[in-house]
Amino acid sequence: MDYVIEMLNITKEFPGIIANDNITLQVKKGEIHALLGENGAGKSTLMSVLFGLYIPEKGTIKVRGKEVKINNPNAANDLGIGMVHQHFKLVHNFSVLENIVLGVETVKNGFLKMDEAKKRIIELSKQYNLRVEPDAIIEDISVGMQQRVEILKMLYRENDILIFDEPTAVLTPQEIEELMKIMKRLVEEGKSIIFITHKLNEIKQVADRVSVLRKGKYIGTVDVANTSKEEMSEMMVGRKVIFDINKKEANIGETILSVKNLSINSKVHGKSAVNNVSFDLRKGEILCVAGIEGNGQTELVYALTGLLPVDGGEIFYKGENITHKSIRFRNSTGISHIPEDRHKHGLVLDFTLAENLVLQTYFLDQYQKHGFIDFKSRLKNAENMINQYDIRSGEGSITYVRSMSGGNQQKAIVAREVEKDPDVIIAVQPTRGLDVGAIEYIHNQLIKQRDMGRAVLLVSLELSEVLGISDRIVVMYEGEIVGDVNPSEVTQQELGLYMSGSKRGVGYERK
Amino acid sequence: MNVSKLLNNRSFKSVSASVIVILLGLLVGYIILLISNPRQATEGFMIILKGGFNGGLRGVGNMLHNAMPIILTGLSVGFAFKTGLFNIGASGQFILGAFAAIYIGVKWTFVPVEFLWIVALCGSIVAGALWGALAGILKAYRNVNEVITSIMLNYIGMYLVNFMVVNTVFDLTRNQSISPVNAYLPTAGMNVLFPFSSVNVGFIIAIVVAILMYIILEKTTFGFELKAVGYNREASRYAGINEKKSIILSMMIAGGLSGLGGGLLYLSNTGKHIEVVDLLASEGFNGIPVALLGLSNPIGIIFAGLFVGHMNMGGFYMQKLRFVPEVIDIMIAIIIYFSALSLAFKSFIESIARKLRGKTL
Repeated sequence: MDYVIEMLNITKEFPGIIANDNITLQVKKGEIHALLGENGAGKSTLMSVLFGLYIPEKGTIKVRGKEVKINNPNAANDLGIGMVHQHFKLVHNFSVLENIVLGVETVKNGFLKMDEAKKRIIELSKQYNLRVEPDAIIEDISVGMQQRVEILKMLYRENDILIFDEPTAVLTPQEIEELMKIMKRLVEEGKSIIFITHKLNEIKQVADRVSVLRKGKYIGTVDVANTSKEEMSEMMVGRKVIFDINKKEANIGETILSVKNLSINSKVHGKSAVNNVSFDLRKGEILCVAGIEGNGQTELVYALTGLLPVDGGEIFYKGENITHKSIRFRNSTGISHIPEDRHKHGLVLDFTLAENLVLQTYFLDQYQKHGFIDFKSRLKNAENMINQYDIRSGEGSITYVRSMSGGNQQKAIVAREVEKDPDVIIAVQPTRGLDVGAIEYIHNQLIKQRDMGRAVLLVSLELSEVLGISDRIVVMYEGEIVGDVNPSEVTQQELGLYMSGSKRGVGYERK
Repeated sequence: MNVSKLLNNRSFKSVSASVIVILLGLLVGYIILLISNPRQATEGFMIILKGGFNGGLRGVGNMLHNAMPIILTGLSVGFAFKTGLFNIGASGQFILGAFAAIYIGVKWTFVPVEFLWIVALCGSIVAGALWGALAGILKAYRNVNEVITSIMLNYIGMYLVNFMVVNTVFDLTRNQSISPVNAYLPTAGMNVLFPFSSVNVGFIIAIVVAILMYIILEKTTFGFELKAVGYNREASRYAGINEKKSIILSMMIAGGLSGLGGGLLYLSNTGKHIEVVDLLASEGFNGIPVALLGLSNPIGIIFAGLFVGHMNMGGFYMQKLRFVPEVIDIMIAIIIYFSALSLAFKSFIESIARKLRGKTL
């Protein structure tokens, strides 16, 4: 058999955790080989080993049949291995062209020769159907195009083994479609692809074979065509996963949060980021704010939680006008917030897990006496939450959150926000970048909170999530609410029309 | 405890990194001595190593006195650093604190003499804190980088103090400030322990303040807030912490520490005066390597300050050999310079620890 990459019996350890335990991965030439596993299963570690970022304790790596040592990313590059990282490695104020040639510039007598590079990039982008504008500045272009720049970077370096690390996590549904096409095209041109993901639909769509990891161990490799999604997810999670979300009829109570004619001026452009938005959130319901990213959802949530001042309109919580109340007033009187960006807002990465779990409550009497921290009760709190919410980490409550996997970081935030006994939970893309097991967990938590009579405001871009767990949907487009629909009466296609601004609901006509 | 376990201990890694850089710094320093004066190099090196001990108890006392101001400016830089701020303005805060102390010591004759030094020290803290607050306010409300503002405030502070000295507490004949004879610090028994040396109650105050800073940072909710803002300003805001207030308070505390250092040094009865010259107070800048060597930990800073004081005294005693004074400064500077690399060595030790662990498996 003709393998282009063979990673045999790889073992890699970190303090307190064996990230890769005797893992074998064999990739054939010209295939799309999916690497499937939950967060913390060891996918990224394994790829970092292949890319020369980590040196494994045990195991051998063969590239095109020859045993090699990969000690740094340059060595990987010399072997024709390229990687598109989950978080792009681009220089934001450089142009597309400059980013692509960065590090392998063509130089003549000490001067840059950009013309030839540009010509080659245009050729490559035609050959692989990768639309980019060579002279555009990175920070001005869409996330989808940034990703194409990353792909071109690999092609420009003549890499023929391409690693995609969760490439769809940051893309819109349309961009995902396009990426799938690009990947197929790349394989047709003789490239081999390792595709790291935990989205089974995407594996079904493009991959030839899939290798599954679970908790650092190798579970097996199967042909995608002969394996059902259910079987794959069972391999990944280690038990049967129920895809259909089970939920009871909503028991809707009184209005608890009421938004009236809310407007926020945009910081980026002259128009309003949020324009005259009104809605009511009631106890015992999950209200979903759907929409394509950047249509005012972020600003709306910031206004509700107090992170951004309001330019017009009012917010009422339990009948009280909280439009100008402080953040602490809101988060200590029953409004919980699972933020969109868990690294920016949700966590202090250089604090320990225990410290992060009391991030908003450290000043309460139960955690301090006369200004001195009560370390015992803080630790007890952490241990309770770790057990109850199954937060996994290398060293328990003293683990620095930075070293935890994304799914467990999110679990920590959910635990903290839910344990506050809130009346309103504002969850913004709570499952972004998470694996099947964690998504299931978070959905069940949100539904459980709803059934306890709490109000949930869910902001989501994933249509399946929007339709699956919400009781009511409002769609935002360009800062306005353009529709208020019942999830049981609307199709994905129809929702897509609302989201792209091509359709407006009754009562939401353009003025 | 076996070796690899020890190497994985967090505090052991920090301490051993500091020790390694000190040894390397000493080695390079020795080479410099060899180049400049090979015949006396070894003798000179031994004197440096002995530091304050060259002068017996008196030398040790002087060493403690030498360490006192840099422990405080080290705490100032280290405290700010722990809360995410880089306070390069310790020099300006230091000299403002010194001026406030001298001014109160000379002019506030209405205060009973036995309390005057305490009032003067309080004044030095307030003056330093206000000077630090300026950089903090600009950072909090206008997002102006505190490095730039505090550097500029060093010069503004120096010239402002020169101006104020000339106009208020000026000794025209010596071109320096008047001695605050009524506010000199008590010796608090230190003169019994270390006869004929300069050390006084100031050193005890420095140690107490360091312990206090440790408690604030590690044991109180206030310190928790300041550190949270330092590590992640946005997340702190999300958590409901008033992050602007925290930044300003951090800079005020940092400034107050430097100011206290100035007050303590200039209220010591050692003939130290503010001279009206265009020179920044070096104690402020020496606080930066002290904080680095102490890894910003207040307790570590005590030892780092003592070490630098020890080196300085060694340099003082080395003058009896035929070394150009600058060589001594270079030697000390190199050791301090290496200390700044301690973080790099921390990761070096980590990699050794990893290898050892790999073998034992």
